[in-house]
Amino acid sequence: MNLEIIIFYIFSLLLLSSSIAVIMVNNPVKSAISLVLSFFSSAVLWLLLNAEFLSIILILVYVGAVMVLFLFVVMMLDINISRTEEGFVKYLPIGIIVFATIAGLLSYFFYNQFDNAGDSIITSIDLIGKDNTKNLGYLLYTEYLLAFEIAAIILLLGIISAITLTHKKSETNKYQNPGDQVNVSKNARLKIISDEDRAR
Amino acid sequence: MIPMSHYLILSSILFSISLAGIFLNRKNIIIMLMSLELMFLSINFNFIIFGNYLSDLTGQIFVFFILAVVAAESAIGLAIIVVLFRNKQGINVQDIARLKG
Repeated sequence: MNLEIIIFYIFSLLLLSSSIAVIMVNNPVKSAISLVLSFFSSAVLWLLLNAEFLSIILILVYVGAVMVLFLFVVMMLDINISRTEEGFVKYLPIGIIVFATIAGLLSYFFYNQFDNAGDSIITSIDLIGKDNTKNLGYLLYTEYLLAFEIAAIILLLGIISAITLTHKKSETNKYQNPGDQVNVSKNARLKIISDEDRAR
Repeated sequence: MIPMSHYLILSSILFSISLAGIFLNRKNIIIMLMSLELMFLSINFNFIIFGNYLSDLTGQIFVFFILAVVAAESAIGLAIIVVLFRNKQGINVQDIARLKG
């Protein structure tokens, strides 16, 4: 047996079982942990597909940032598990039906369409060198520069909207109203007293 | 050498698992968000597979942008959940059905 085939089957099994655990486990913390496991195993599979940069990014950005955010929110909110547990058994048949239909149809199509022997994918894509990161960076900063900058703006938008949604105004805070500051007139600040007034 | 159809079948099974997860966990909005993340993962799988198949790096570029957008989306979604929890003392999806305004 080829080592690559063994790695593929082990990690795809791990990916599928951990993603089933994500939707089946009733504790949200446990399902977030199994989501981390499924991201790890899919990062290994992306390495097999010659996408080295993206697999590292998946671990750094997803496991390092997004999943920590998820875990933080899940642990911060005190979720009543028994209340959310209702209806799981009720919807189990329709869930299984949906799963079987979509998986069966897609697998049938892909198996018939792409099962030729020549379709095995092992070729690395070389644009300016052997390095996957170098090639991606070359494409990103030449052809897709505008899209890259738009992605940066979208991330900034995400930061601003998350902060404005969750920011709570405190009663004890003292802040200035910029509209009042702009509209202030000279008379409200400065009162001119003439000399005759002062002499009196 | 792993045939391409194995990767494609893997990603389609992953997609249908996460779709079933949305159906099963209709009460818990956090698990629904996690199922969405799994769906994005399977879509990214497909982009990488077909990019390799066509010997084109554009698939991987697209995955890069999807990752950026999904990070922003999940941050906003979790912020909405936090606000919802603060207002309703719970994250039951049925509480959102009583939105006003």
